[in-house]
Amino acid sequence: MILASTLTTNLAILVLAGFIGFVVISKVPNTLHTPLMSGTNAIHGIVLLGGLLVVGLSGNSAFNKVILVIAIAFGTINIVGGFLVTDRMLEMFKSKPKPAEKDGEGQSK
Amino acid sequence: MSLPVASTFLQDPSFLDVLYIIAFALFIQGLRGLSGPTTAVRGNRIAAVGMVIAIVATLLNRNEGNWGLIVLGIAIGAAVGVPAARQVKMTAMPQMVALFNGVGGGAVFLIAWSEFRRSGGYEDTATYITIFSLFAAIVGSVSFWGSNIAFGKLQEILPGRPITLGAGQQIVNLLLLILAVAAGVDIAAGSHSELVFIGMLVCAALLGNAVVLPIGGADMPVVISLLNAFTGLSAAATGIALNNPALIVAGMIVGASGSILTNLMAVAMNRSIPAIVAGGFGGGGAVAGAEGAGEHAGTVKSIGAADAAIQLAYANRVVIVPGYGMAVAQAQHAVRELTKELEARGVEVSYAIHPVAGRMPGHMNVLLAEADVPYDQLKEMEEANPEFQRTDVSLVIGANDVTNPAAKNTPSSPIYGMPILEVNNSHSVIVIKRSMNPGFAGIENELYYEPETSMLFGDAKSAVSEITAELGQL
Repeated sequence: MILASTLTTNLAILVLAGFIGFVVISKVPNTLHTPLMSGTNAIHGIVLLGGLLVVGLSGNSAFNKVILVIAIAFGTINIVGGFLVTDRMLEMFKSKPKPAEKDGEGQSK
Repeated sequence: MSLPVASTFLQDPSFLDVLYIIAFALFIQGLRGLSGPTTAVRGNRIAAVGMVIAIVATLLNRNEGNWGLIVLGIAIGAAVGVPAARQVKMTAMPQMVALFNGVGGGAVFLIAWSEFRRSGGYEDTATYITIFSLFAAIVGSVSFWGSNIAFGKLQEILPGRPITLGAGQQIVNLLLLILAVAAGVDIAAGSHSELVFIGMLVCAALLGNAVVLPIGGADMPVVISLLNAFTGLSAAATGIALNNPALIVAGMIVGASGSILTNLMAVAMNRSIPAIVAGGFGGGGAVAGAEGAGEHAGTVKSIGAADAAIQLAYANRVVIVPGYGMAVAQAQHAVRELTKELEARGVEVSYAIHPVAGRMPGHMNVLLAEADVPYDQLKEMEEANPEFQRTDVSLVIGANDVTNPAAKNTPSSPIYGMPILEVNNSHSVIVIKRSMNPGFAGIENELYYEPETSMLFGDAKSAVSEITAELGQL
């Protein structure tokens, strides 16, 4: 009974989150779709939490620990890399007074 | 391991749940910020704060050891992720996103695998938890391998053209899917065999490879969005298995976002998602078409940079149509210089951006933003198309299929019905292109044979720089 209610509560959260996601994301203009992708990418790095929780449980063999360290590393790459790269991109969308300090990669000669 | 101060309060499950709720509220608020370029930076940072709160809550929740492993994992991840994110070029953004997406999927299936091993094949686990874990494992594995293949293609480690098994491809894909699901059902029904679990992961891995390998470069925007949605959904499933609301909400929002983008991209190409997943313009037909290219009955007018400069200088209105060629040549800064030069001469310049130009949704916008092109000069397709009639020169830089009038005029064309930028309505068209080779879709572009079109052959960056130099001498 308790299990069932946990499941249904979580399913309710899942469905509501789907609708909210749909509404919120629909408002993002085409221009920002790449940052949106990399931003949402960073957000799904939240699976890191799964690694953090499971690694603390008892009964993990040495091999499990290796797997989980890799999973935690993957999740961290996903989160840190995703947010940083999104931030870099979005900074460029801000209107700047002068293109003063940026790496002049590819700039005319 | 307990914290010395107020540990009972900090580890109260309700308190932790409140932290998770705050975290997902911040995710949603952060994504709301992405509705405009001025609020977007803050939005992203708000979401990042939400992530920090979720991580802190999880660390507080832990009663047991292995802190060293956590520190190790996070340190490795940060050591890889931070430099990668700081150094990646904007033109390489699609593969970076594919890679980050892949590691997310990788984390999902690794967690599911370790949980299977730890619990002795989901012994004493509620069935629904088992099912969601297995779902996460399969989808995470597909996403991991699929994203890696997408990365390989975009990074040109693998050839960008479709790689298929031919007619059997769809049967093989279906078979792999059935095998993966069957293995999952076997485990859910009580099998404790790790071999079955590994077999399931392997089938899902092969499926990820088999689905993405046949997809051509031009379909990449759809695939990347789709894989993004997959990873999101697998994260949400992990959230249900672990009973963690932050994971559920975050995963589901990403799933929704990826689904919306996938659908937008598919609509912009007038193709159904199943058709794309079943294999690019993948069949033998398109490849055969590519071989026959260049023998079109019609003449192509080739011009030099000087002629192009004259045409542009005496125009009143110029629309620039960028495509993947601009990204490959890293020509965005050169294009910006050209725009400035033209504007100094009183020419009105804008950019028309097709939704699927480039290799991911919004790819061109990022590149042009990097080159400081003002936001209001970028026109979306619906906005740009009516304007072409009063445009003197359309300058197509490395875009191909998205300008092909065959999409409107030739019912037999594979891209018939795809919405295009109607550059052929403008008074004249200059196409900068490396050669007459057709685009990834392998389709002849009728635009090049129209009388008002001139071709300027060359690398996008050097060609644009030459035009700018010629303009300076006029």
